[in-house]
Amino acid sequence: MTKLGSAIFRRLVIIVPYAWLLFFFLIPFVIVFRISLSTTAIAQPPYVPVFSLADGLAGTMEKIRQLSFDNFTWLAEDALYYTAYLSSLKIATVSTLLTLLIAYPIAYGMAQAPRTLRPTLLMLVILPFWTSFLIRVYSWIAILKPEGLLNQFLLAIGVIHEPLIILNTNWAIYIGIVYSYLPFMVLPIYSALEKMDHSLIEAAQDLGCPPITAFWKVTFPLSVPGVIAGCMLVFIPAVGEFVIPDLLGGSQTLMIGKTLWTEFNSNRDWPVSAAVATVLLLILVVPIVFFQNIQAKADEQGK
Amino acid sequence: MKSLGNIRRSFTPWADPQSKPYISFKNVTKKFGDFTAVDDLTLNIYHREFFALLGASGCGKSTLLRMLAGFERPTSGEIILDGQDIAGIPPYKRPVNMMFQSYALFPHMTVERNIAFGLRQDGMPKAQISERVAQMLKLVKLEQFAQRKPQQLSGGQRQRVALARSLAKRPKVLLLDEPLGALDKKLREETQFELMDLQQQLGLTFVVVTHDQEEAMTMADRIAVMSHGKVVQVATPAEIYEAPNSRFVADFIGDVNILEGKVKSADNGRVEIASDDFTVRTLSDARQSAGSSAAFAIRPEKLRISRTAPADPSVNASQGEIWDIGYLGDMTVLHVRLPSGKVVKTSMLNAQREVENPIGYDEKVWVSFAETAGVVLRD
Ligand SMILES: Nc1ncnc2c1ncn2[C@@H]1O[C@H](COP(=O)(O)OP(=O)(O)OP(=O)(O)O)[C@@H](O)[C@H]1O
Ligand SMILES: [Mg+2]
Repeated sequence: MTKLGSAIFRRLVIIVPYAWLLFFFLIPFVIVFRISLSTTAIAQPPYVPVFSLADGLAGTMEKIRQLSFDNFTWLAEDALYYTAYLSSLKIATVSTLLTLLIAYPIAYGMAQAPRTLRPTLLMLVILPFWTSFLIRVYSWIAILKPEGLLNQFLLAIGVIHEPLIILNTNWAIYIGIVYSYLPFMVLPIYSALEKMDHSLIEAAQDLGCPPITAFWKVTFPLSVPGVIAGCMLVFIPAVGEFVIPDLLGGSQTLMIGKTLWTEFNSNRDWPVSAAVATVLLLILVVPIVFFQNIQAKADEQGK
Repeated sequence: MKSLGNIRRSFTPWADPQSKPYISFKNVTKKFGDFTAVDDLTLNIYHREFFALLGASGCGKSTLLRMLAGFERPTSGEIILDGQDIAGIPPYKRPVNMMFQSYALFPHMTVERNIAFGLRQDGMPKAQISERVAQMLKLVKLEQFAQRKPQQLSGGQRQRVALARSLAKRPKVLLLDEPLGALDKKLREETQFELMDLQQQLGLTFVVVTHDQEEAMTMADRIAVMSHGKVVQVATPAEIYEAPNSRFVADFIGDVNILEGKVKSADNGRVEIASDDFTVRTLSDARQSAGSSAAFAIRPEKLRISRTAPADPSVNASQGEIWDIGYLGDMTVLHVRLPSGKVVKTSMLNAQREVENPIGYDEKVWVSFAETAGVVLRD
């Protein structure tokens, strides 16, 4: 009885994540993908064809024939999209690297801190989440604008004589992304470093490594899983980021999230924006799956 | 009890006042907060010595090694290595390698890379490294596991990798913290002898921590018995066994019977102690005054059991009754109950036991021992 119960329970436990993915990822994706194959129209919803149960088999077949990849061809032909994707990837890459550079020392320091202090430090890292994301991004405007806090401070201490133009440049976007996503990088790296046995460092030093070499040969390689997790958690949302480039970036900043927003809201072109979203997903998912495959193979080989 | 450590060579630098110690702990104290892990400890270890630290869990053995390796700083006192105070030298510059009690193997490296780690760090040529690694793998019998990661090994295999890694650099001083604890008896004994050979061939100084007194006896030139951060006795295995200086050491090393009593007379190194069942007549250079209480320690195998009273009346003897018999294969342990109710443990090799008509349960016997068979404990 209990055995059967636990078997059912185990099934259920496995089903939960799959069901979640099915309802909140796969089905929405299929809907988006299907819209991306449609043609825009002045209608409600603003595209054709619209499938309906009343169509019958012949009607459905007819409508399927109307679907086309024209929107994807359109994306490929218009340099706007192409540059927007590239620029998003570039901004996301740069900000991920910047986040890593700042987050690693923070995580390292936290992992070295006395055990009793660590929960407090962890709390401090998570603390910004208690304020709305939007408010935090808005407040960066107040800091970065030409007459903002940063410029006032720098002018006051005499480091600069002209206000720096940061707001509405890519630098503002980098600052915004790094600031907003820092905790997502710190936490996985911290958890990897914190797990590490300190005697490994002692062993490395015992075998002749000065502390810096010991760091590169032992600490860093062992924290790589945390670094990868952190980079993914920052890179993926950063590529599609809309709020930060919209509020902090300039009009010339091209990011795919902004392009998508324009297509969807200003142009009311649902099929093209659906195509933009589909391509974005492919750009993000394919490298991740590829990477995880390599990872799994490496693990397999070790055995 | 094997004590091959002594017969394998004559090596007694500690007895020679001319010879200089290679490692010296001078009044070293280590405190963690207000807990004293090592307490005003003074100890000399000589070049090419195989030195064993023995003591109960938590008595400060690992702490002592860690101070020598440079991972802990003494709270006070100094440590001299090869004539130099090593206080300011960081661990990676000390000519000392340590095998960690927790193994501390690098999980992201294969067995081979783990062993080669120190050699690569020293920039040894590739060919030489692979030769040395192969030699180490052979020593610890892990040739076919070279490409595995530590987490794919058993506990004993990991321990052997840790041993191989610490040996690979052939440091002047090798510190081994419980090097063989996780190995089965047979492999442990083989490795013990291989370690001894290696130490001899390479002329290294070994400091080994162990819980296993038999292992310490087998391998070491000298043993330090530690208790609560202090060294209680430092001596050769034979001395530690035959002449423990305190009740603690006598109890800690091997089995012992302790006969308590009052000193009846003491002169010229001859002592008579009146205990419940025996009047112990023995030799002792410790100054005892008549009337003071004393304890006499004697090992089980030094007690003789016979059906008839010993012929020589000067021999220490008492009657008793067999209480319990334990057959251990090579020998038999007999527990004898003396008239006072005290039970003493005796053992005899089965080769000597009368197989025809062995002594049985409840039999009345005589327990006796020679004057020189035991020692008077100092405290
Ligand atoms: N970093 C530390 N902080 C506080 N106390 C410590 C620390 N390291 C060791 N101790 C304490 O010092 C004492 C001696 O520890 P040590 O590790 O030297 O014991 P040991 O003799 O090696 O024991 P075992 O045989 O169990 O390995 C122990 O009571 C231990 O709790
Ligand atoms: Mg220890």
